[in-house]
Amino acid sequence: MIGRVLKDQSGRVGVAARPPIAAAHLRQDTWWALPVTVVVMLGAFIVYSTWAALQNAHYFVPPYLSPFYSPCISATCLHLTLGWGLPDVRLPIIGILSPAFLILWGPGLFRLTCYYYRKAYYRSFWLAPAACAVRDAKAGYTGETRSPLIVQNLHRYAWYVAVIFIVFLTWDALLAFRFPAPGGGHRFGLGIGTLVMWINVVLLAAYTFSCHSCRHVCGGHVDSFSRAPVRYKLWRLVSRLNEHHPLFAWLSLFAVGLTDLYIRLVSMGLIRDLRMF
Amino acid sequence: MATFTLQVFRGDATGGGFKDYRVDAEDGMVVLDLVHRIQATQAPDLACRWNCKAGKCGSCSAEVNGKPQLMCMTRMNLFEPGSTISIAPLRTFPIIRDLVTDVSYNYEKAKSVPPLRLRPPDADGKYRMWQEDIDRIQEFHNCIECFLCQDVCHVIRDHDEKKKAFAGPRLFIKIAGLDMHPLDNRDRRAFVKDSAGIGLCNITKCCTEVCPEHIHITDNGIIPMKERMADEFFDPVVWLLRKFRGQKATRTA
Repeated sequence: MIGRVLKDQSGRVGVAARPPIAAAHLRQDTWWALPVTVVVMLGAFIVYSTWAALQNAHYFVPPYLSPFYSPCISATCLHLTLGWGLPDVRLPIIGILSPAFLILWGPGLFRLTCYYYRKAYYRSFWLAPAACAVRDAKAGYTGETRSPLIVQNLHRYAWYVAVIFIVFLTWDALLAFRFPAPGGGHRFGLGIGTLVMWINVVLLAAYTFSCHSCRHVCGGHVDSFSRAPVRYKLWRLVSRLNEHHPLFAWLSLFAVGLTDLYIRLVSMGLIRDLRMF
Repeated sequence: MATFTLQVFRGDATGGGFKDYRVDAEDGMVVLDLVHRIQATQAPDLACRWNCKAGKCGSCSAEVNGKPQLMCMTRMNLFEPGSTISIAPLRTFPIIRDLVTDVSYNYEKAKSVPPLRLRPPDADGKYRMWQEDIDRIQEFHNCIECFLCQDVCHVIRDHDEKKKAFAGPRLFIKIAGLDMHPLDNRDRRAFVKDSAGIGLCNITKCCTEVCPEHIHITDNGIIPMKERMADEFFDPVVWLLRKFRGQKATRTA
């Protein structure tokens, strides 16, 4: 016998009763491995990014700027992205708020409301459900119909914000070719950090432009594609990217964390940035 | 040839349990073959629904080792020879007997879907649509109504109280197919939000995982419908533009 058998799941016998099987699931495979992996990976990223954002140091080593601190818009930033800085925000106990917190809400909100990440954390953290055909951990369920989860429907606005960040990160990656010259000024160069920053921005752009909301905005809302040929081409392009959205979600997450780590280690003098030229 | 122990659910709404059957399997056999062998040799009264044995009729849906799948498409070489395999009926629907369940819930839900309403024809009185107009919805027409997606959907499976308010993935792709149809001019966004309860779906993609026709139910059906619903009900910019232009909401289903 696989599980204890009851009259039905609520202990009653009825005409329209479900199969009287009490077990929460009958799966024999390692269905728990994926949610556990997601918890570990996402948890590690959240811990590292929060720690890195709290540091307020070692996020800039010319010409590299950590993506966690871009765009740098606080007056005390080591590298002012826009050429001017906003007044510092001071909080009790914490003191000057790290400039990372002024901007991390943007990409954070994009990932939080992302359709792929929703699947990942609803399964892994909410356990609703932890895996397919495994009973939900909680009895009550309202999905995304009530506050706060109803806000997930505004994902497209998080996407608009994320696109702005891609512009800034691309600018940072361009500046990563601009190395300080020994006698003052700048000169064109290429270091490992430049490549790291370009890989990061390409993966982040792939993740951002493969978004489901992007797909809808580009053409998903159109019923008759033959009457909107440009939108159709755009929609097909985004649809092709969208097939790999989960892959881009993970790769870009690793990339942004590792880019910060690389710049941090170079800035701290723990590793040396190799220059191609 | 390998021998397996099949634990098959036997019973009805009044009670039941899993019964062990030892069955031989030859190369190329599927789970349904072994169920038929049990019927032929050990339990002629074993109730099992099947028809085409080719993965196209959607009749032999069951839960094999706890995973919703078609028995006719589940090959025995996926399992270790000599292993024990459980076969349960679809646990989301009322049981009739053994492996047969009453899936009429899905047909009742289908009746509530607003049907196609043709837009006015072209100036010459003809209706025209092009391949690019219907590529997107042809995928949805591959559905064989096996209801594995409905079975695995945790909203229906684990929350009985939501059954009235929620249509389920099979119905969402049906609605998407109609809503994206180039000749249709009916707005189903209010229906999808209020009557079909798409907000209850938390897009965990189990429906897509179990679909034997590999329809991208979540990515191509449910999420696009969620986005269309957001256009109408959750987009403040669209709302402001509508106010500015003096347009009325199109909330008719």
